Amino acid sequence: MVADPSRLADDLRGLDALDIPRHETGDRVRRVWSAVWPKIMAAAIVLAVWQVVVWSGWRPTYVFPPPAPVLSELGSMLTTAKFYRAVSITMQRAALGFGMAALVGMAIGAAVSQSRLLRRAIGSIITGLQSMPSIAWFPFAILVFKLSEAAILFVIVLGAAPAIANGLIAGVDHIPTILLRAGKVLGARGLSAWRHVVLPAALPSFVSGLKQGWAFAWRSLMAGELLVMIASRPSIGFRLDNARELSDAVGLLAMMLVVLLIGILIDSLVFGTVERRIRRNRGLLQGG
Amino acid sequence: MSLASASVTVRSTRPLLIENVSKTYGDGRSAIAALDRLTLEIKDREFVCLLGASGCGKSTLLNLIAGIYHLDNGAIDTGGRRVGMVFQEPALFPWLTVARNIDLAMRLQGAPAESRLQRRDDLLGLVHLEGFGNRRPHELSGGMQQRAALARALAQNSELLLMDEPFGALDAMTRDSLHDELERIWSGSDLTIVFVTHNVREAVRLGNRVVLLSSRPGRVVAEFEVDIERPRRIDSEAVARMAAVITDRLREEVRRHGR
Repeated sequence: MVADPSRLADDLRGLDALDIPRHETGDRVRRVWSAVWPKIMAAAIVLAVWQVVVWSGWRPTYVFPPPAPVLSELGSMLTTAKFYRAVSITMQRAALGFGMAALVGMAIGAAVSQSRLLRRAIGSIITGLQSMPSIAWFPFAILVFKLSEAAILFVIVLGAAPAIANGLIAGVDHIPTILLRAGKVLGARGLSAWRHVVLPAALPSFVSGLKQGWAFAWRSLMAGELLVMIASRPSIGFRLDNARELSDAVGLLAMMLVVLLIGILIDSLVFGTVERRIRRNRGLLQGG
Repeated sequence: MSLASASVTVRSTRPLLIENVSKTYGDGRSAIAALDRLTLEIKDREFVCLLGASGCGKSTLLNLIAGIYHLDNGAIDTGGRRVGMVFQEPALFPWLTVARNIDLAMRLQGAPAESRLQRRDDLLGLVHLEGFGNRRPHELSGGMQQRAALARALAQNSELLLMDEPFGALDAMTRDSLHDELERIWSGSDLTIVFVTHNVREAVRLGNRVVLLSSRPGRVVAEFEVDIERPRRIDSEAVARMAAVITDRLREEVRRHGR
């Protein structure tokens, strides 16, 4: 009978045991391997196509060298202090620029998501800015800031901040109303509603915005380093341009690989990991 | 078990008064009157089920009592009670564990950290979720999530619990168990409960009183005192008999709209 409370507890325990969703968690080695092998395959295919194009004699090898010398040049480059100096200069700019873009994007995103007037006024401008190629900003930036760090940072912020703002706005827009109502009934109003409900609910989309912002920032930075050369700051872009001037095709391609690899590494290791973690915690990921 | 009564302040025993409440959605020709001069008095510690077909404004009324929507007209006096709410969906925050969901409810009420831990465990035990505090909502079944949502609503020291078709999305067996659970929790507390449903048997199974609302606009058309001894069973003869009477009255109300 239902009158018996211990019986009820048993009923519930039984139902819970039957109904609780199960998550398959395969072993770790297998999971990592299944994530890694497609990437290895893809890299192998790219290298093979590259090699075939070289063999076809499309361009002489001093202009378009095969993968082997480029990879070995990359290997030996990794042992030089010059290389790490270049990477550190570039990464400092990336961190500073992206950090500023994140702050600006967050402030604009928060303001626009809360104000209907602001949204009408600048909502489409933000999206418009996002589609504007950042390199188009450089002539103006150089005019205003001269050939300086500030010119590069300015363009990074303009390139990345709109994507970050849009990520936050989309995140706030798509919060299920039921969560906002639940928060309200629980007594979360004003700032505490933002802290406990709105921001965490918008987080997945915000992180996507940050990830996209990073891609824009990295692109803008590379464009900037090729246009705004500062002799005392031999960055990655500086070395790329140097290699071109010296017709050092092997060094140039090796440096390009570095640009590509840093972009991928930050995208997948930093943002990919955070994104996956958030999605797993919220049950948005299939196969945990 | 210490429930809402655990609060230090003196508990209000005044009735919940809903007077002449109207609510209209939209304006002009497309305006829909969800509620029209609805008046209802709910006694302290009463378990009232609001019953009605679609469009009778039952959810609207709950949202008005909770202060989520603004009143067009009339007045609602909760007798100074703290209001908790359970929705049809569990509406747990997916970024927090079950325990932290419950904890947040207490934090937002300004409860000190030392008292929260113990009470959190008490509440998890009360809804038979001990051992599941560290799970995320999506790792629980629908019935468990709804129990967690109930625990969260109780965690805010609510004295008036508003439930908006909370078991509508659950399978029959889980729903029956949760009826038992809710009845048990209500009996051992000072809670006043307003429970919205379109399931007549559920209303009779749970309520001291079943209030039938008309649709578009919502008004009280009939009230039924339920004098069936507790604990009740949804499949008992007494519940079935009373449900039949109410269903007839409800159908009559629905037919009115077909004419």
